[in-house]
Amino acid sequence: MRKPTRVLTTALFAGLLLAGPVLAEDLNDPEEILTARHGYMLLMANQLAPLGAMAKGDAPYDAAAAAKAAASLAALASVDTSMLWIAGTETGALEDSDMLPEAVSDSAGRDTRFAELKTAAETLAAAAGTDQDSLKAAMGGVGAACGACHKAYRKAD
Amino acid sequence: MRRILIALALLAVLGLGLFWAATRPRPIDPDLIAGLVPDVAHGEQVFWAAGCAGCHADVDAKGGEKLILRGGQRFPSPFGTFLAPNISNDQTAGIGAWSALDLANAMLRGVSPEGAHYYPVFPYGTYSRARPQDIVDLRAFLATLPSDPTPSQPHEVGFPFNIRLGLGLWKLLYLRDGWVVSGDLTAKEDQGRYLVEALGHCGECHTPRDALGGPDLTRWLAGGPVPGGTGRFPNITPGKLDWSEADIAEYLKSGFTPDYDSAGGHMALVVENTANLSDDDRAAMAAYLKKVAPQP
Repeated sequence: MRKPTRVLTTALFAGLLLAGPVLAEDLNDPEEILTARHGYMLLMANQLAPLGAMAKGDAPYDAAAAAKAAASLAALASVDTSMLWIAGTETGALEDSDMLPEAVSDSAGRDTRFAELKTAAETLAAAAGTDQDSLKAAMGGVGAACGACHKAYRKAD
Repeated sequence: MRRILIALALLAVLGLGLFWAATRPRPIDPDLIAGLVPDVAHGEQVFWAAGCAGCHADVDAKGGEKLILRGGQRFPSPFGTFLAPNISNDQTAGIGAWSALDLANAMLRGVSPEGAHYYPVFPYGTYSRARPQDIVDLRAFLATLPSDPTPSQPHEVGFPFNIRLGLGLWKLLYLRDGWVVSGDLTAKEDQGRYLVEALGHCGECHTPRDALGGPDLTRWLAGGPVPGGTGRFPNITPGKLDWSEADIAEYLKSGFTPDYDSAGGHMALVVENTANLSDDDRAAMAAYLKKVAPQP
């Protein structure tokens, strides 16, 4: 029973050693950029999930948890994502991509919309720890910022 | 022979006369709105519930820009491309000169002040169920909005769909009084039904259309292909949409799905309208959607 495990472990380590440099070299690979973009969106969704549950009343309001999640969201909104909006990663070019080419060509508009997301997320971070009503009110601003970007740069279903 | 020709000619004239009689524009009885006193503040709620800005403001309008209803958005369809007209308060380019009766004829009957049929891209198939008081309120609110001199652009619609008289036939086929969802409803569900079936016009996209562009009411809100485009409108009946009422209400407020994805495409424009409704109205719309017949 031990031996196959050891073989497996060795194989895994060897695989990791090989995969390490490959991953590092592939940051500009369109598929990797798409993975990073989707991951970035999911990270924001992870912070929004507890906030939304409290806003909807699906979870009890917890000031500390709300403040922490909203602060994390604001931090994410301030990250430079310019390397994620690159030609060759748009819908049509990649099977799983819904990004419209305008997300690349209209970089000024994209910057404006990200700035609006940052402002809305900071407003939420300031409000989320106060009480449930403040949280509910500020969620709308973040939702509007998400929607503005998706409306402009994501393919409609 | 000559007698037969005369008879045929008479029949043709009679047929045309009957066609004209059956398809002519039918304005409302002015008594329907006579004496109604406008409530401007409620008119704003009607404005957001009816989603006027979604089509008549610029597609990327934000904040106060949503109130500049200068038109220009394009709506492709199998019958041609329709262009949203200017409905700002401008006296000539917009509808500043309209009376409440003019707006009521447009929304309840799809008839212009000049007595012509509107194309059903303007969702009078939905608005025909609206309360006259709401239209009077909306007229008063629209009068408070900015004027914009941008001229309305003509629709890009070819023969035979450019013959507006034919729209009378469409109205005969598809304009219906009464509600799609009937039966016992709570006060909240009833409020939601009014918001969805009379003002919100969800069914204009989410109900599939037949070859003549009429809604297939047997598949109410069951979704279907985007006419003249690609992709599909989603099924929002309980047969497919398994979100909770709180989820639906939150989506209509912030655009967030239960997975914290957010609305895109034209639905993002819809949420920009429903975000301005009360929590109570959004909860009512969610309660109504749970009462719709489930469709696979």
